[in-house]
Amino acid sequence: MAPERLTTLPRLLLRNARDLARRPALREKDRGIWQTWTWAQSCAEVRDFALGLAALGVRRGEKLSVIGDNRPRLYWAQIAAQALGGVSVPVYQDSIAKELTYVWNHAEVAMIVAEDQEQVDKVLSLRADLPALRLVVYDDARGMFHYRHDWLKSFQEVQELGRKFDREHPGLFEAEVEKGVADELAFICYTSGTTGSPKGAMLTHANAIATARMAAEAEDFRVDDDYLAYLPMAWVGDAFYTLIMSLYAGFACNCPESPETVQRDLRELGPTLMLAPPRIWENMLTSVQVKAADAPWLKRSIYERFRAAAERAEILRGDGKAVPAWLRLQLALGEFFVYGPVRDQLGLRRVRWALTGGAPLGPDTFRFFRSIGVNLKQVYGSTETTGLVSLQPNAEANPTTAGRPCPGIDVRIAERGEVLVKSAGIFKGYLKNEEATREVIDPEGWFHTGDAGFIDPRGHLVIIDRTKDVGALEDGTPFAPQFIENKLKFSPFIREAVAFGHARPFVAAMIAIDPNTVGNWVERRGIPYTSYVDLSQKAEVRELIREEVRKCNETLPDATRIRRVLLLTKDLDADDAEITRTRKVRRRHVADKYASVIDAFYSGRDQIELMTAITYEDGRQATIQSRVRIEDVEAGAVVHV
Amino acid sequence: MSAQLEIRDVSKAFGGVQAVTRVSLDVAQGQVFSVIGPNGAGKTTILNMISGFYHPDTGRIVLDGTDVTPFSPSRIAARGVARTFQNIALFKGMTVLDNLMLGRHVHMKAGVLGSFVYWGLAQREEVEHRKRVEDIIDFLKIQDLRRRPTGSLAYGLQKRVELGRALALDPKVLLLDEPMGGCNHEEKEDMARFILDVNEEWGTTVILIEHDMGVVMDISDRIAVLDMGQKIAEGTPEDVRANARVIKAYLGETKDLPGGREGSRDEAVR
Repeated sequence: MAPERLTTLPRLLLRNARDLARRPALREKDRGIWQTWTWAQSCAEVRDFALGLAALGVRRGEKLSVIGDNRPRLYWAQIAAQALGGVSVPVYQDSIAKELTYVWNHAEVAMIVAEDQEQVDKVLSLRADLPALRLVVYDDARGMFHYRHDWLKSFQEVQELGRKFDREHPGLFEAEVEKGVADELAFICYTSGTTGSPKGAMLTHANAIATARMAAEAEDFRVDDDYLAYLPMAWVGDAFYTLIMSLYAGFACNCPESPETVQRDLRELGPTLMLAPPRIWENMLTSVQVKAADAPWLKRSIYERFRAAAERAEILRGDGKAVPAWLRLQLALGEFFVYGPVRDQLGLRRVRWALTGGAPLGPDTFRFFRSIGVNLKQVYGSTETTGLVSLQPNAEANPTTAGRPCPGIDVRIAERGEVLVKSAGIFKGYLKNEEATREVIDPEGWFHTGDAGFIDPRGHLVIIDRTKDVGALEDGTPFAPQFIENKLKFSPFIREAVAFGHARPFVAAMIAIDPNTVGNWVERRGIPYTSYVDLSQKAEVRELIREEVRKCNETLPDATRIRRVLLLTKDLDADDAEITRTRKVRRRHVADKYASVIDAFYSGRDQIELMTAITYEDGRQATIQSRVRIEDVEAGAVVHV
Repeated sequence: MSAQLEIRDVSKAFGGVQAVTRVSLDVAQGQVFSVIGPNGAGKTTILNMISGFYHPDTGRIVLDGTDVTPFSPSRIAARGVARTFQNIALFKGMTVLDNLMLGRHVHMKAGVLGSFVYWGLAQREEVEHRKRVEDIIDFLKIQDLRRRPTGSLAYGLQKRVELGRALALDPKVLLLDEPMGGCNHEEKEDMARFILDVNEEWGTTVILIEHDMGVVMDISDRIAVLDMGQKIAEGTPEDVRANARVIKAYLGETKDLPGGREGSRDEAVR
C-alpha cells in the first residue's frame, strides 16, 4: 500500500500486519505471564471481530463504546468498529450511571463492549434508558452463565460468527477497510467539561493520522518501543498512544494485569516511552521518599548525599551552566549506587523519554526525576487537538513551560491572552452541538483552547490558567485562580485547592488535604485520628497546612497572596460534580455549592457550619455536617507592603 | 437420584456432651447445601466428620458410593473434599502463591529427590500446577497479592486466599466453615459471588456453614437446620423460613406457637 493511501487507522493496521507481521503489537499480563500478540495476530483478532459485527448487521457509521480496564479486546473492538466505518466512543468506567446514560444516548451508541460482569451489570441496569443499544459484548465470561439475551454475546461468540461470515463473504473485511476515507469519524471523545454536560469531541481519521505524523516529527518514536497502557481508555492521551501512535509507528502496547498491579507490571516491563499525569509522578516520588526515610542509616545517607548532588547538577544544567568536574564524578558514582537502582525500582530504567501532561507538575518533582536520569518533559494538548499541541525538546526540558509547538501546529496568542491553535489535528466539532463548536472554532479555523498563556523568548508556550477563570481582585490586580491552586497543589500535603478572589479584596482558598501524606505525617508524631473529617480539623494539621500556604505565598506576588484558608472535610470528588474525571475543578459549581464558605471568607468569620453532600458511586447521597475553622494565614510583612 | 454425599445417622459425643445425634443429610451433586443453627448446634462437628478430622461414634458417611467413615483426613482430601476453616488456617509467613501451591500438594507426584533436583517430572509438574493456581488467582482477583505474605493481608482477603487454597485441590466437594465470619458487607458480597461462581462454573458441590441468614437464604439450594445436635428441619430456603421449629430454635418459645407443629410464619425468621 502506498504511503498516500494510509489514510485511516484500519489501513495502518493492515500495513502493520503485512510489514511488521512478527513484531509485537500488544501484550497483556494474564495468569502472571506476559502474553504477546504480533501485528499479524492482532489484525486477525480485529478482523474476526469486525466480521462478527458485520454478521450481526452493523452498518457503517454506527457507534461502538468500550467500558473497562485497558484490555487487548477492548482495543481490538475499537479498531474493528472503525474498520467497518464505525466510530469508537470510549467511556470512563468509573462514571456514575447518569453520566453513562447521557453519553451513550447522546452518541446513539449501538454496541457496547464491556470488560466483565461488573461492567455488563452496569449496562444492563441502564438498558431501558438506552433505546439505540442493540448489542452488548463481554470480554471476561466469568460469572456470565446466567445472562441469556439475544443481544448479549461473548467476544469469542462474535469472533466465531465473524469466521463463519468470512467463509460466506470472502474479502469483505478488506473491502470495508478500503471504503474508509480520511474524513470519517474515528473517535468521539467526551470531554468532562468543567461546566454543563460533557461534550463529544469528534475526531476523524485525518485528525489522528496528521497528529501522529506531527508527533513523530517532534519526538523519537521507534518500532521497538514499549508503552504501558494503564491510563483510562476514555482519555485522549491513552487513545493517542495505544490506538493512533502505536499503529502509526508500529510499537507495542502493554496492558497491565489489573489496576492494582500497575506498579509491579511497570517494573517488569520497563517501558521505553511513558506518559503520566502529575499525580502518578508525585506518587512515585512519595514512594521513593517513604522508602528512603525507612531505610537504615547508611543507605539513607548515601541516598541523600547523591540525591543532593544530582539536584545541584540539575539546577546548574537548567541555568545553562557547566557542571564542575568533581560534581560529574559524584554523578558517575551516584548513577551506580543510587540513580540507576532507583530508576530500576520504579520501572523507569529503559525510558528514553517520559511525558507529563494534563496539569502542571511541581518543579521539585520534575527536578527529582530529571536529576536521577529520567528524561521527563512537559506536553500540552487537549481532546480537541487530538491530544497534542506542544512538547519540550530533549535539551529544553523545564518545569515552567508547556514546550514548543510541534512542527505543523500553529499557535497564536489572541487578545486576553487566549491560546489559539491551528493544525490538521483540530477536531471536527462537538457532536450535535453546533453552537459550542462555533464558540471554539472561529471562521478562520483557529481552535480557541480557552487557556490563557504566552510565548516566552525561547519560543515555548507557557500556560497560566483558563481564560474564563482569569479575573481581577477588587483593586484591579489580575487574578488567575488555577495558577495559585497549582502552586498550592505542589505541596505533598495538599490534594486539591480552590482559590477565590475575583472582585474580592483578597485571595482565599479552600483546601482538601491528602489523607495519605497528612495521615502519615500525624502518625509519625503519634497523633491519633479517626476519619478524614477528624484529620482535616486537627490543630496540628491546620498549622501544617498554614505553613505550606505560607511557603506557597513566598512565590506569589504580594497582592495575590492567600490570606485565608479553610480545610475541607472531604476531598473534592467527580461523583459530586466538584471536579471532572480528569481532576479539573468545576469552578462555578463549587462556588455555588460552597457559597457559605466564600461568604465567611470575606465577612471575617472564623468558623462556619459546613454541610457537604456526598454522592456514592451507586448514586446514593449523604451529608456530612461539621464545624469548620477558617484560618488566617499570617501575612506578616506582606500586608503592609 | 443417589446423593453424592450421604450422611447416615451419624452421632458424635465428646465426653458427656452429645454434640451430634443421629443426623442424616443427603447432598446431591452440584448443590449449594447450607447447614445452619444456633451456636453449639453441632455444625462444625459435622463438617469435621465429613473431612475426617473426627470419626462418628455411630452411623456412616458415603462419598460417591464409597464408605469413607473410617478414612483419614488426607485420604478424604485425596478423594476431592476440600475445606476452609472458621479461624483461618493459612501459613502466615508464606506468600499467597506458596499457600495456593501447597493446596495442589495432593496432586503432586514427584518424589523428594526429584523435587530437590527440580528436573523432568518435578519441573513439568510445577509448571502445570502453577497454571492451575494462576487460574484461581485470576478467578479470585488477587493478582496483586501473589508475593505478599498471607499474614500481612486484611482479614477478608485472608478468607479469600483460604478459599483459593481449598480450590487449588480441585475439589468435588467444598466444605466452607463460616467463610463470611468477620467480613464486612462488601467482602460478604464478594465471597457470596465467588461461592456461586465456583458452584456454577466448575459444578463443585458446596457445603456451607454460615450465620448470615441473608446470604444463606440467597445462595443455598437446600438448607438443613440443626439444634442441640439434632436436625430439626431440612428443605428449600422457603420451606425452612416457614418452619415453626426453626423459628422456635432461633427466637425461643412463644406462647401462641404450639411447639413442634409446623406452621407458616415466614416473617419471623427474616
